[in-house]
Amino acid sequence: MSLMDKHVVLEKNSILLVLGIIIVIAIGGLVEIVPLFYLKSTIEKVEGVRPYTPLELAGRMIYIREGCYNCHSQMIRPLRDEIERYGHFSLAAESMYDHPFQWGSKRTGPDLARVGAKYSDQWHREHLANPRAVVPDSIMPGYPFLARTDLDYRHIAALVQANRLVGVPYTDEDIANAETDLVAQANPDGKDVKALQDRYAVKSAKGEMISIPVARDFSGDGKVTELTALVAYLQMLGTLVDFKIYDDKANPR
Amino acid sequence: MAKKEIDQHSGIETTGHEWDGLKELNNPLPRWWVYIFYACIVWSVGYFVLYPAWPGITGYTAGILGHSSRLEAIADVEALKTVREASAKDLVTASFDQIRAKPALMEFALANGRAAFANNCAPCHGTGATGSTGYPNLQDDDWLWGGKIDDIATTIRYGIRSTSDQTRVSQMQTFGPPPGGGDPVLKKDEIAAIADFVFSLSNPDYKAAGIDNGKKIFAENCIACHGEDAKGNQELGAPNLTDKIWLYSGTRDAIVAQVTNPRHGVMPTWDGKLDDMTIKSLALYVHDLGGGK
Repeated sequence: MSLMDKHVVLEKNSILLVLGIIIVIAIGGLVEIVPLFYLKSTIEKVEGVRPYTPLELAGRMIYIREGCYNCHSQMIRPLRDEIERYGHFSLAAESMYDHPFQWGSKRTGPDLARVGAKYSDQWHREHLANPRAVVPDSIMPGYPFLARTDLDYRHIAALVQANRLVGVPYTDEDIANAETDLVAQANPDGKDVKALQDRYAVKSAKGEMISIPVARDFSGDGKVTELTALVAYLQMLGTLVDFKIYDDKANPR
Repeated sequence: MAKKEIDQHSGIETTGHEWDGLKELNNPLPRWWVYIFYACIVWSVGYFVLYPAWPGITGYTAGILGHSSRLEAIADVEALKTVREASAKDLVTASFDQIRAKPALMEFALANGRAAFANNCAPCHGTGATGSTGYPNLQDDDWLWGGKIDDIATTIRYGIRSTSDQTRVSQMQTFGPPPGGGDPVLKKDEIAAIADFVFSLSNPDYKAAGIDNGKKIFAENCIACHGEDAKGNQELGAPNLTDKIWLYSGTRDAIVAQVTNPRHGVMPTWDGKLDDMTIKSLALYVHDLGGGK
């Protein structure tokens, strides 16, 4: 009886109760959250994942600004039906440079974790301007203003730097060239494309360069609009890891 | 601690709290409730032993069941594959003709193709495969890159102007002013004449002064791909210009626009995204929609 009755002390003393609550939550956090930061198994070791290029990063900001995550998730769960529909389940490594991540929690529209390279740029342009033009029964709102709005990339270097501050491995060179890289990726014939691709491609274990950023006229009009950035971002989603060579058995969870 | 106070009416001890003259009785939790709470604690111990639970310094306790949601999902997918292969063992190995010869196999391929089409192809080609402006209709018998089953399978696998290194690719020349500046290949009135001629091919009643001149310019610039009879060349993805089926639009203005600054559609590659069985099923499904050669 005696020990069980001691809780009366906590119930009658609010300061003690608050302290008790803090201690209990701290233990929960210590056990459930802290290990994720130091355990090596949290993020799989995979080849090909690279930081976003400045244009993709700018597109990602528009994705967040327009609230795409309210209806679209970017997280294919390890369930048979999801794998059948969307492709290989998402890996933690695929969103390790996402700040904040876009896993989402609501699927009014389909998951977008592997939408990259699934449709043509033209399809994305038409679909973003008026989803009904290509998918008659879609309930997604149109975003025709994206094509009319020039991308404001004055602060892109600061954005890259802010991402480095929270742990994305951008180099000084990446930050210094952020603006040129951004413009270069939208202009496939420009002279700066090679520099961008050299900077962002990663070397595989076999020594080949992989995950080379694609430079294309994403908006189809030669301009750098908000549409350009968003399409560039959408077209790279889920394309970095080559699942033909990824070993599932090496990373059970 | 304050001394115990017993509520006179019920005979139960109070907590000592009082609100506007009402006092709180210190009733214990119902026994069944408390026992379920204890049972949950005991249950969790079993859970710790069986499933991944406690983090350590370099890893976590895996649990004696060896549970892994990822491996489980992969096993599910493998099991599904096995079930599918059992009902259509030959789909992967059989040729298209052999599949057609077996009604049950063909039926399976078509059902499989229909599902894959709805998921992967319908966003562009439409749920009924009738296409729209810029996205070919797969129901008709007009084909850009060939309507034979093998042609269709190749197009699905490698795409058109896609990122695959075996993609089908062709590019129509820009006859108007080049985007980077410079002299156009053809002048405005020459392009207009070509448009008159091409328009007249599918609209025999159309009369315009430029048709004869357009025919000449067409012969000098366009027949390499579209052919002398303008019926196109499926090796090059050059469309037939004599019928009324148009990828973009068949108006004279649209023809002028296409010759001046051509649009080029892109179909993604599905190699690596869809397995062989699915690509084969899709080819059969599309071929069987009505237009297959």
